[in-house]
Amino acid sequence: MKYFKLLISFVLTIGIFYALNTQLGAIPPLGKFLNPTSGIWQNETNESIKGEVIIPGLKDKITVHYDEFMIPHVFAQNEEDLYKAQGYLTAKHRLWQLEFQTHAAAGRISELFGERALDYDRSERRRGMGYGAEQVMAYMEKYDTKTLGFIQNYADGVNAYIDQLTPENYPVEYKLLDYKPETWTPKKTALLLMYMTKMLAGYDDDLEYTNVLRLVGKENFELLFPDFFDITEPVIPKETDWSFIDVPQTKLPGSQAVLDTIAETIEKPHPDNGSNNWAVSGARSVTGNPILANDPHLGLKLPSIWFVMQLSTPDHNAFGATIPGALGVISGFNQYIAWGETNATRDVIDWYKIEFNEDRTKYKYDNQWKDVSVRVEDIKIKGKESYKDSILYTHHGPVVYDKNFKSENQRSGYAMRWIAHDGSNNQKTFIELNKAKNYDEYVNALQYWNAPAQNFVFASTEGDIALWIQGKFANKWEGQGKFLMDGSNPENEWQSFIPQKFNAHTKNPERGFVSSANQHPVDENYPYYVFNDGYETYRNRVINDFFNSKEKFSVQDFKNLHNNNYNLKAAELVPHMLEHMETSSLSADEKAIYEEIKAWNFNNDINEVGPSIWRQWYGKLYRMLWDELDVEDIALTTPYTYQTIYLLKNCGNHEFMDVKETEDKTETSKDLFLLAFKEAAKRLKEIKEEEGDYSWANYKGTYAGHLLQSLPAFSRFDIPIGGDRNIVNATSEDHGPSWRMIVEMTSPPTALGIYPGGQSGNPGSKYYDNFIDDWAAGEYYNLNFLQSDEITNAIIGTQTLIPANHE
Amino acid sequence: MNKNIINFIVTIILGFILSLFLPWWSVMVAALITSITIPLKKIAVFFVPFLAILVFWAVYCFILSNANDFTLAKRIAQLLQIGGNPYLLILVTGIIGGLAAGFSAIFGKQIITFNKN
Repeated sequence: MKYFKLLISFVLTIGIFYALNTQLGAIPPLGKFLNPTSGIWQNETNESIKGEVIIPGLKDKITVHYDEFMIPHVFAQNEEDLYKAQGYLTAKHRLWQLEFQTHAAAGRISELFGERALDYDRSERRRGMGYGAEQVMAYMEKYDTKTLGFIQNYADGVNAYIDQLTPENYPVEYKLLDYKPETWTPKKTALLLMYMTKMLAGYDDDLEYTNVLRLVGKENFELLFPDFFDITEPVIPKETDWSFIDVPQTKLPGSQAVLDTIAETIEKPHPDNGSNNWAVSGARSVTGNPILANDPHLGLKLPSIWFVMQLSTPDHNAFGATIPGALGVISGFNQYIAWGETNATRDVIDWYKIEFNEDRTKYKYDNQWKDVSVRVEDIKIKGKESYKDSILYTHHGPVVYDKNFKSENQRSGYAMRWIAHDGSNNQKTFIELNKAKNYDEYVNALQYWNAPAQNFVFASTEGDIALWIQGKFANKWEGQGKFLMDGSNPENEWQSFIPQKFNAHTKNPERGFVSSANQHPVDENYPYYVFNDGYETYRNRVINDFFNSKEKFSVQDFKNLHNNNYNLKAAELVPHMLEHMETSSLSADEKAIYEEIKAWNFNNDINEVGPSIWRQWYGKLYRMLWDELDVEDIALTTPYTYQTIYLLKNCGNHEFMDVKETEDKTETSKDLFLLAFKEAAKRLKEIKEEEGDYSWANYKGTYAGHLLQSLPAFSRFDIPIGGDRNIVNATSEDHGPSWRMIVEMTSPPTALGIYPGGQSGNPGSKYYDNFIDDWAAGEYYNLNFLQSDEITNAIIGTQTLIPANHE
Repeated sequence: MNKNIINFIVTIILGFILSLFLPWWSVMVAALITSITIPLKKIAVFFVPFLAILVFWAVYCFILSNANDFTLAKRIAQLLQIGGNPYLLILVTGIIGGLAAGFSAIFGKQIITFNKN
């Protein structure tokens, strides 16, 4: 009996230990997680911003002032120390995010979540994310060890922080998922840059276009997906003279698209990723100083993608938004210039059909057999054995789709040609931009930038404004890369690149302003092949109309434009629908909704109901219209909004208007308006019953979700902000202006900025989400651009980083 | 002093000291040691260390969280789906620590009993 009692009590004790020390499904190990001495209660604090911290390897002392926004102002004595401090401080405030984003980039999420993330991880590996990062490293080792040295400094700074951490100080997310931070490496910076490239230039529809082409034929395809719409309001003004370009476009070979059927494609970046930027010249500014603005539209996430910092040495002084993992300021200003980016949305991914030999060791190319190389990706899975994915590489790039992944063809596959696999030195662009003093130095900094192609806006205290569309672009033949190509034919390869100096750009244009909003880069007069691969067509016109509407502009005008909720898309279709729709069959309820949208002024303000009605109505209409392109087991895409509205208004009797389900009837656009309206009205009634009303803020329910699948406890919901996609204030449900900046080029510049988040990555800090309400209200913070390390009354705390050998 | 009170106080002090060196299960070690060195009887065997660690953890949590307006406690209480109530989370934390301590004290008691016979 006594043995039994002893045994039972022992088993119970071990049992409770095990239960509280082990993660069970989604429940964290509760003893570890909740105990007050090393669990989450230790994260119940704001960050410490005082005292001295010893950092091994520093050359000199570094002063870090914090202002009321928890923005660190870094005063280092040299660049090596500066980037070490940036790494250290980024880790201090954002460690979990810093590491998680590069895990995501590398396709290592299964390590944390188990098998359910395997498909994601395989997609990232097959996309060649790790391969691309290795090319970047190899490139820098060969051509630019200086930049690589700075990246190593940054890594040392991150690691100095990690080395000081004890388990009780791990960020909450580590405790929740029960793992710990690993050593940071320069390759992780390369992975982060790949992640940015994927997010911004990883979108392409070549395979979907191929399916659509096969399905609807060439004539219809060109109607649905024209290279240029009937209107263009390009980034680079139409009147630009291109006569200086003396390298011609690649000659058209007799090449044909390969009309394969592709069932399923890998996940693409969110189409709402986009941005605005613009600048006015001194002549068109109320104060005589150029003014510049930037607002990148990315996922609204917590912790935010941006971390604002001032980074200075005695030789330069930069301020603005940084991205955890990348060096320097990404969108910001220094004492002389300001800069910001929008996505150039160019087609930098092409696909090639590959034919293999019997055992898939060789592939056909130019009537010969070329060797395949194999890269084995070892994907660790939490709680399971690793998954090994053998990915075949051709000289084009990785064979993403083959018999092992989303395809059944035994002897063929589709290889990806992506500029991001070509090794590059993108990091140097930011390091140089942070130090640039004038237009020439800005242009010089841009030349290193390969991908993701960006529209870099520029303004200087000297009075110049400019915009370069920078990236490494293939000089394609007319039509090249719009569809799947035959990978065995050398003519289908990228023959050469557009010389960098011939990239489209404009400096001090006559109109006195530059702007970009992800629209067409150029009009048809630009001598290289550019086609519409998802260009924006609304924000650009609203922005340019605004700058054409009056002579002079102030910072207040810039704020108003950032917060502009005008829905041009609705304004171009709703009046047409109201005019042509047959209303006699509307019920009383439907009639009421009809009157509501009729009274709408096309502003997507939070209290309006018009935007919600429009969303429902257009959404239903769009799906009914493109029912032909909704086919099971074929990856397809549907036409862009602009062309959809164009067809509805101008080709109302086209065969595509017909609803295929109704076999006895042939619908026209007029019929669709009514059918869609009735369905929308039904749904709106339901929403009203469920939610009380369908006012825009309520309907849209904008939220900033935590990076861990929007974990509600760490996210913010129902943020009251207007706007939507294709509106200058591009705030949809979970995408929008992730950083708003306005810089007036006084000497030194005067700047405003805000983002929907907070400087801290710790959900236990009041600085975690403290900017969100002001951001939603359209407000800005004055950025304290300190000119020396002297303490001013804007400073709430100072921390000094000192070398290890400091006496 | 009553043995129950002595055990209660020593368990807290020992729990605190051990927590400086050991992970969360330091409270189990503390309760095990006191259950052997200051043996108790009947239900006190479980409930004295249970209450001691419950009080220790709950008070410690309250001090930490109160200083920060319960910012994180509210979020974690939402995460664990206990209604976003930080006080409930503090109580739950205390109970978890108390259970761990209580069971290891029962084990300690059995060791003594085993050796005596």
